Amino acid sequence: MFLKKIALAGTFAGLMGTAAYACGPSGESVRILGSDFPAIQAVSGTAQANCGGDAGEFTVTLRDDTRDMMNQAQTPNPAQYTSVIVANSTLTQLMNDGLVRPLDDLVAKYGQDLNPNQMITIDGQIMAVAFMANSQHLYSRTDILEQAGVEGIPATVDEVVAAAQAIRAAGIMEYPIVLNASGWNMGELFNLFYFAHGGELFKPGSAEPNVNNEIGVAALNSIKSLTEYAHPDHLSHASNETQGLWEAGQAALGIMWGSRGGAILDDEGSSPEVTENTVLSAAPTVDGGSIPAATLWWDGVTIATNISDAEAEATFAALASAMSADMVAEHNDDAIWLIDGYQPGPAAAGVSATAQGGAKPYPMIPYVNFMHNAASAELADFLKGDESAEQTLSDIEAAYTTAATEAGFL
Amino acid sequence: MKHKTFFWFILPTLSAMLLFIALPIVSVAIQSLYIEHEQVLVVTENCGPFGCTEATAVDLEATASLREEQPLGRFNGLDTYTNRAHLAFAEIGESWNTTETWSAFFSEVLDLPFYWALAFTLTYTFVVTPFVLVLGLAIAVAVNNLPKMFKGPTIFVSLLPMIVTPLVGALILFWMVDGDGIIGATLQWITGDPTLSLKATTSLNWVMLIVYGIWSSLPFAFIVFYAGLQTVPSETMEAAMIDGASKWQSMRHVVVPHLMPLVIFISLIQLMDNFRVFEPIISFQAEAHARSLSWIIYNDLIEAGNPLYGSAGASSILTIIGVAFLLVPVLIRTWRDFNSKPV
Repeated sequence: MFLKKIALAGTFAGLMGTAAYACGPSGESVRILGSDFPAIQAVSGTAQANCGGDAGEFTVTLRDDTRDMMNQAQTPNPAQYTSVIVANSTLTQLMNDGLVRPLDDLVAKYGQDLNPNQMITIDGQIMAVAFMANSQHLYSRTDILEQAGVEGIPATVDEVVAAAQAIRAAGIMEYPIVLNASGWNMGELFNLFYFAHGGELFKPGSAEPNVNNEIGVAALNSIKSLTEYAHPDHLSHASNETQGLWEAGQAALGIMWGSRGGAILDDEGSSPEVTENTVLSAAPTVDGGSIPAATLWWDGVTIATNISDAEAEATFAALASAMSADMVAEHNDDAIWLIDGYQPGPAAAGVSATAQGGAKPYPMIPYVNFMHNAASAELADFLKGDESAEQTLSDIEAAYTTAATEAGFL
Repeated sequence: MKHKTFFWFILPTLSAMLLFIALPIVSVAIQSLYIEHEQVLVVTENCGPFGCTEATAVDLEATASLREEQPLGRFNGLDTYTNRAHLAFAEIGESWNTTETWSAFFSEVLDLPFYWALAFTLTYTFVVTPFVLVLGLAIAVAVNNLPKMFKGPTIFVSLLPMIVTPLVGALILFWMVDGDGIIGATLQWITGDPTLSLKATTSLNWVMLIVYGIWSSLPFAFIVFYAGLQTVPSETMEAAMIDGASKWQSMRHVVVPHLMPLVIFISLIQLMDNFRVFEPIISFQAEAHARSLSWIIYNDLIEAGNPLYGSAGASSILTIIGVAFLLVPVLIRTWRDFNSKPV
């Protein structure tokens, strides 16, 4: 073992010794667009550091509303950006308009260090190369659970509810659960529990909705059992609010994004009492099932269709050079990296456990947005207690059908 | 003014209005009659870090040729207007046939997105507008009667809600009414209910939005009335006083009739403004409890990958028709006043 390590270190040093990165054709223009968060800053920043000198022009544009403008920016020829850094749902959005090119040739030429499981292939063609993963999962305050006499970390929805009940009964907190349920998050909440109960949003091979059934009712009841103990304002909560409540010590059980883990566990914005006792674990499963109630997300790089082949090559080479063990070593805690050399820390525990538990990836289907939006719009009536589960599910299907028909999918 | 002179005088304004107001409305109206092409779908296998799944994708070539043939999309006539997301004729017809009581019928109608949004929009409009009129006048009269040295600062403070950007103002209030905010916590203390939350129930959410609406539009009514008060003829006021009118009587019979044109003006602007209420719903993250017609339009368009232009267009035209309905009584009154005046 020891010898193997030495040998590895030796090869590594050898590689480092050869220094120069394979940056592809020189003098080309590389223009990267992405969302603004630490992991993407790390990848695009490293690409620029490695290959910026080699390129004729190298720009990195990171913004909050990338999703709303990327199709407009990439439609003209030449496209405004040579690469867009996307996630599951936004790759579909670009592919609907044919704005990303297959990467097989480029991966063969520059992707020696990439993992096979980073490749996003659609119909056998590599359309994106993922570099990080994300999902929702459970956050628990072990000190409060202990105080309420709950043993271990809850693993199922029933156990989460029982723990919440115990915390309420012990008079520690009236509403121990936080979860994101405003706007888009409400539709996502439905996805989580519908998938956990084994549901499929659409009838196989078609765009026909498939949520008005027993699985849908079970999913809604799981959500309802949690919201009974959730902060009364949960319908107006998104990640910033739930993270705030957690850091203020006003919650003991949370279903939040893995990407918030780093910020919650660091020493900013909270007290040691909260950070030291916060444990990240897999998203809860539902009664009898084994699938965690979560959707898996990835972020990855794509290359634009409407640019020259030389620009595409230079852009991919620069980004591939950034998806390396060196970059990960420098930015280990910024994300849950899919790249070799990643050392999972406590902030990654929840996402890894959720992925290992077999959670489903967020569906990459061209019409999934309409279903998501319909669920976001119609679920409120049920959660407020104004409507039966069956009525809500039939409303979701009706709203989806109206929108999908207008968009030409039905 | 001669007709010809008047025509040349109004021409620049008229052409700008045509270009920037009339033409866009026409284009929205046309768009609302069309829907997207049928999407040609193909089955694909998607693989990634989390394994492989069967999925569907859009067949780009087939879709592109469809798009070239008919750039506007498929003609859909008025079907977008009557579908479930808008006037929902079929759904209402069914509810009418299947429900037995009025309350059951209304609860089914209010479950439809358009009517639920219309209910909030109308409630908001018809509560906020009169409150703004009455309170605006009251503040204007109060400020007008202040000693001179206090007038400036009071006017400044009263105008503050108008100076703050609506989105920011709503956001500030959003945090103040939070359970941990100053207003939310005070209300919990007063009522003795530590779980009371203005954001948790639909009725309290509506109250919160309406109070915000009154707060943010009040300065407009106040400043217009205050300007109007400066023009009340002092002779008439003195005459009323000599005739033994009380303060209230001279207010009721001299000041208010004098300000009537301003009342109509403010009602007109407020009805239009309040009917397209939007920002507070976003700032208060209140869409689970309250949606307005403008919010529906916004919701159709944020579908980043595939915005529903037809649906948004139909909602816009219905909103314009709604505003027209609201304004007709006020406009008729103005027209009558205009004609009755001796020229």
